[in-house]
Amino acid sequence: MSSAAPNIASKPAQRSLVWRRIRRNPLSFGALCVIVLIILAAIFAPIVAPYDPDLPDAMTAFESVSWAHPLGTDMYGRDQLSRIIYAARVDLTVAFAATALAVAVGAVFGAMVGYAGGWVDNVAMRVVDAVMAFPAFVLAMGITAALGNSTVNVALAISITQVPAYLRLIRGEMLRIREMEYADAARTVGNPPWRIVFIHLLPNCLPPLIVQATLAMGFALLTMAALSFIGLGIKPPQAEWGVMTAEGAAQIVTGEWWLFLFPGLAIMITVLAFNLVGDGLRDFLDPRMRGIR
Amino acid sequence: MSDLLEVSDLTVHFQSDAGAIEAVDHINFTIRRGEVVGLVGESGSGKSVSSFAVLRLIRRPGEVKSGSIRFDGVDLATLTEEEMRRIRGAKISMISQSPRTALNPVIPVGKQISRLFQVHEGVSGRAAEKRMLEMLDLVRIPDPKRRAAQYAHQLSGGMCQRIMIAMALATSPQLLIADEPTTGLDVSIAARILDLLRELGSKTGAAILLITHDLGVVAEICDRVVVMHAGQVVESAPVRDIFRNPAHPYTRALVGSIPRVDRDVTMMPIPGSVPSLLNPPPGCRYASRCDHVTEECRITRPSLVLRATDHAVACHHAEDLQAKGVAA
Amino acid sequence: MSALLQVRDLRMHFPLGGLGALLSRLRGEPERVVRAIDSVSFDVQQGETLALVGESGCGKSTVARCLLRLLDPSGGSMRFGDVDIGALDGKAVRHLRRDIQMVFQDPTASLNPRLRVRSMVEEPLMLHTDLSSADRRKRALEVLEEVGLGADLAERYPHELSGGQRQRANIARAVATNPRFVVLDEPTSALDVSLRSRAILLLESLREKHGMSYLFISHDLATVKYLAKRVAVMYLGVIVETGETHELFTKPLHPYTRALMAAVPVPDPDAKRDSFVLAGEIPSPIERHTGCRLRGRCPLAKPVCAEPVPLREVAPGRQVACHMV
Repeated sequence: MSSAAPNIASKPAQRSLVWRRIRRNPLSFGALCVIVLIILAAIFAPIVAPYDPDLPDAMTAFESVSWAHPLGTDMYGRDQLSRIIYAARVDLTVAFAATALAVAVGAVFGAMVGYAGGWVDNVAMRVVDAVMAFPAFVLAMGITAALGNSTVNVALAISITQVPAYLRLIRGEMLRIREMEYADAARTVGNPPWRIVFIHLLPNCLPPLIVQATLAMGFALLTMAALSFIGLGIKPPQAEWGVMTAEGAAQIVTGEWWLFLFPGLAIMITVLAFNLVGDGLRDFLDPRMRGIR
Repeated sequence: MSDLLEVSDLTVHFQSDAGAIEAVDHINFTIRRGEVVGLVGESGSGKSVSSFAVLRLIRRPGEVKSGSIRFDGVDLATLTEEEMRRIRGAKISMISQSPRTALNPVIPVGKQISRLFQVHEGVSGRAAEKRMLEMLDLVRIPDPKRRAAQYAHQLSGGMCQRIMIAMALATSPQLLIADEPTTGLDVSIAARILDLLRELGSKTGAAILLITHDLGVVAEICDRVVVMHAGQVVESAPVRDIFRNPAHPYTRALVGSIPRVDRDVTMMPIPGSVPSLLNPPPGCRYASRCDHVTEECRITRPSLVLRATDHAVACHHAEDLQAKGVAA
Repeated sequence: MSALLQVRDLRMHFPLGGLGALLSRLRGEPERVVRAIDSVSFDVQQGETLALVGESGCGKSTVARCLLRLLDPSGGSMRFGDVDIGALDGKAVRHLRRDIQMVFQDPTASLNPRLRVRSMVEEPLMLHTDLSSADRRKRALEVLEEVGLGADLAERYPHELSGGQRQRANIARAVATNPRFVVLDEPTSALDVSLRSRAILLLESLREKHGMSYLFISHDLATVKYLAKRVAVMYLGVIVETGETHELFTKPLHPYTRALMAAVPVPDPDAKRDSFVLAGEIPSPIERHTGCRLRGRCPLAKPVCAEPVPLREVAPGRQVACHMV
């Protein structure tokens, strides 16, 4: 019950408020900067990478870390740094595309199913249960093995393994929200069901979805790298972190440690960064942590 | 005999990203032993925050900026947290609105009461149960043995509130703080809860601080009334004086804005709205809504001054307005 | 002239689910239902306000939801003008909502937190009228101005408004399409007592200005007195007394009405209170009732109260369902 004028700052003050809240979580903010850097490096790869990633040079094969090649070269003499930078393109694109597709499909169906309720909900949930019974990675392996491993198929496989989680998430949120009074109000005003679901209710389910998606990006990336590592993902000579790590792993015995370490680190740093951003995003979006609005 | 509770110059601020919210601003009020005091104000006037301050329950982002709270002669600020814990729930207890959510949903309600006896008085299980049933009788719960074994969700709102009252009075507190105890209850149930509170207050000798926005509730059971507006105390007087002789323009407006069943008067809404506590105006916080505002009101904050027996007002023009016989 | 809204014999039964109910069915017991509304009839005349008064469990909110077809009633009829509300299909029901609207109880929960107030008020205009986008905006701002929310407040989100302002936004949304009939479901219960007067005065002035009719649902007798011309008192799913407001308030006939009036807190410390009190608490609406529902609690109860008690007209415009009157 409140009647007092809410304590709101003026518009320019609000912007600085948001900024202050972002700074409150330095770890997440740092992680966000790292992600932005990686994305920029990927976009501007031709400018940033010192060498052509596919250009072999027999003279410089298996060179360790040096000023000329900060991350060493592989067995074909290709510069690792450049390959890692270019690989970012593939990894980030696939991870993002897979997640985006999974979110879109999961959210839309989850919203419809959650709002409809009844037998529709029951059937959908049993299907989701069935899909989730497979360990995600095994399922992804199965799909790429069946469809063949092109970049598109890998994205599709990862996407399919993620859809059930989003569907369930949004369906759960929808069950909660559709009983709220503003859902009734939307109905009373005269909205047809599709508007109620997609224009009124679904946008209010988004915060947990965004957080989940950000965290899941890391997982998508890991899945992709893992698939490639075992040969069911991206195939060489395409530069991709998982592939590079696999190739590098074969060389550990002969002592070329830089071949698996740096791609592995790339995966690790990126996934960690996504997780930290996801955590920070959750805090940021939590209305209770909002202070005064 | 000294007062039971003496709140002096209490100020509580809440830190937000946009600045400090001055929720309670240098307030003073007292409660005598056995007295029922109503703390009245609109939402956001600082009444609940004041009661939390009395219990020393203000936590970050809230901060007590000034003032002292003397309970039974002791300055509560000088106590350790351990000592304070022995006061909370024992010497000063509290009930609030939404009683069902305040009760533990997985423990039978009887157990929640008897546990209090075990913890605070060290009695054994059997004895505690006996005392618990006595308490249920005291709050007029029919069929107490059966009810004691039930869970909160099996009881009606009115029953839950009675359980809360039983819990609050189990330790024979000297002060019971009731924060909007009847909001959300049906009219007839609310009336009975109020009757129960008044009766128990006089029976056990406990003083009651009744926090509410409803002047009707205040008229039912309070001996004295403290009126708050935007974090400040504007008037404090015996209950009859508040209704017959309200001195502060806000009190007048408040009384005049209530829809009434007993009379056919036109009610007048209070103009304006409560000012923001984020950067509150320097002078009287009612200035922007007052019909009798002058320049002095906007600049200097009026202090709470005793104008008649037991009747204090914080208004620069209280005397002139009474002299002119300005209609309520 | 026939009434604008005619409700006859309205019923709403919710069958009980769960294992207990299933088992009792298997044992051959009759189906256990919650009789939220058990034969309710009333009229609302053009341009008047009828108040539906009662405490929790009486079914008044259920009546509101049936009228708006947020629930489908189990029986009875509701006629609005010459339209049978109960017989309409989904699309027609949505159409009807141009003329019948509702103001909800909780001003915070009934506003979409992601919509600006102005967009919220434009929505019914978009759904029910052919106004252009610019005209809709203009009309929305007009309506918001009428309820006292100026242009700058109109651009805010609900969490940026106070409780009283949110309720006014609620009201603006309901009257945007100039409906003929508005159901007010406890519109002031969530507001501080000092704010209720403003809301009531606003509702009354809107009603007069736009020629609307109201069904005012409330447990707050004081606000009912100001807004309603006629009152119907409900208890456990049935109407127990109806009458013109002033009369009913000064001379309540049914014991439940008397108890309700006696319980209202009066802001006058010296006021004498009618100490008419009902024993016990409101029973569960699951139990079957033959005869008067107040029987277990009424101080005037006699054996005859076990007989079914119809709503009788005891004076022009005055109906009571009590054997003792």
